[in-house]
Amino acid sequence: MRKVYLDYSATTPVKEEVVHEMLPYFTEKFGNASSIHGFGQEAKRSLEQARATVAKTMHAAPDTIYFTAGGSESDNWALKGVMSANKSKGNHIITTKIEHHAILHTCEALEKEGAEVTYMEVDEYGLVTPEALEAAMRPNTVLVSIMFINNEIGTMQPIKALSEVAHKHGALFHTDAVQAYGNVDIDVNAYGIDLMSVSSHKIYGPKGVGALYIKKGVRIHNLIEGGAQEKKRRAGTENISGIMGFAKAAELAYANLESHIAHLTKLRDQLLKGILENVDFVKHNGHPTLRHPGNVNVCFEFIEGEALLLSLNAKGIAGSSGSACTSGSLDPSHVLLAIGLPHEIAHGSLRLTIGDFTTEEDVNYTVEALKEVVQKLRMMSPLYDKIRGGQK
Amino acid sequence: MYTEIVMDHFMNPRNVGEIENADGIGEVGNVKCGDIMRIYIKVEDEKIIDIKFKTFGCGSAIAASSVATEIIMGLSIEEALKVTNKQVVDALGGLPPVKIHCSVLAEQALKAAIYDYATKNGKTYAGLEGFDPHDDHDHHDVVEIEF
Repeated sequence: MRKVYLDYSATTPVKEEVVHEMLPYFTEKFGNASSIHGFGQEAKRSLEQARATVAKTMHAAPDTIYFTAGGSESDNWALKGVMSANKSKGNHIITTKIEHHAILHTCEALEKEGAEVTYMEVDEYGLVTPEALEAAMRPNTVLVSIMFINNEIGTMQPIKALSEVAHKHGALFHTDAVQAYGNVDIDVNAYGIDLMSVSSHKIYGPKGVGALYIKKGVRIHNLIEGGAQEKKRRAGTENISGIMGFAKAAELAYANLESHIAHLTKLRDQLLKGILENVDFVKHNGHPTLRHPGNVNVCFEFIEGEALLLSLNAKGIAGSSGSACTSGSLDPSHVLLAIGLPHEIAHGSLRLTIGDFTTEEDVNYTVEALKEVVQKLRMMSPLYDKIRGGQK
Repeated sequence: MYTEIVMDHFMNPRNVGEIENADGIGEVGNVKCGDIMRIYIKVEDEKIIDIKFKTFGCGSAIAASSVATEIIMGLSIEEALKVTNKQVVDALGGLPPVKIHCSVLAEQALKAAIYDYATKNGKTYAGLEGFDPHDDHDHHDVVEIEF
């Protein structure tokens, strides 16, 4: 059976060049970068090269990059570390209702410790406006954290305009760029970013590694205490093989950014067009143009997302959904509800995310499969026959 | 996450559709929660001679509807009213804890269909005592789990 992976926003396969880069660091160059001997120093040199490589992809200086265990740690560190280190300025954070749980749950944890959090509304496309942020700013606002690209609906925020508002009021600006990094050319200075979370496994690197960009001069406390690694800011023996893989993946992503974006955008538009032309009662979610180059998010009315995913999986197609049944909670995704979708529509959501290894045949096969699967589920649905009844 | 039996009933559901001039129709659940189940029954001599379903919901909701119709087909009304959600779960080889409510929904949909039949025909059944088809029972009273 054909296998079609359309869940690149969940994770990506590690590219062969990346694996190749990592392998010596398991067996030969395995030294602890803190050791004084040759093994250690070799690892240390590689580590600093990796840091310089990753820094370059963000147009940043190497000493602003701190390696972490991934996006969630970076998000936790940015929020908890900044709030803890800037208590004299205040205790207010502004974020949005559509953030990843690594941000939302960290904010909830901070609230329990006395922080005040504003969760901004978004419009029907998932956009936050600079005007709305302006209105939410307070004298005691320490940090504004707004994701660069939403992981579910793919909407891209006007980061530059938003960071300007934060700075105007003396607040720091953090962005969770886990979905944007490797899909958009991010110049941290041009965008006015003070802290930025990124992850390796979304850009064809290994899992369990990421980074936090911290602009020079930003006051932040440690999240992980221990040894003197990462300039005493993030303890723990460096995951050298992971970091080398991450740096290689970042290097490849930035060397091929233009062709990557062109490939994804073409297939994304083709997939969306195919769906909209072949299936009725479909709603496209997210912004029509300001979006992730590989993200298609649609709701199929009258059917439920998990049933759709299982049916697609039976045809070898891997996607994801924001339905309640797949979220592990009783409500559909907080993102779909935040853009104003009613529960019954949100239950029928499907996210398909395209990547470097997706082909035109994959897209055509998926459109054909969707036509069949959606129809089959609708024929079983009591909601669909009410509609058909109404049309008779 | 699902047993092979669940997947089989989901991929090849039995008795899907509707019965024209059904003797009883029951519908439970709501769109907000993401599952609605509708069951049609044809009754002859107090026996369910045909049963069909339509379901909006996840894989286990569809599988539970399907297996419930298999269990019920051919039973007398009195026997059908004794069918429990546990029988539905067992017939499926088990369901994940968060999906147990799908089997409850199947039991409730059947009861609602029999209630409809009983109301139309002026009949009463002991097994329907206390059953209110319009009661929006909280079938979603399940533990929230993290994946």
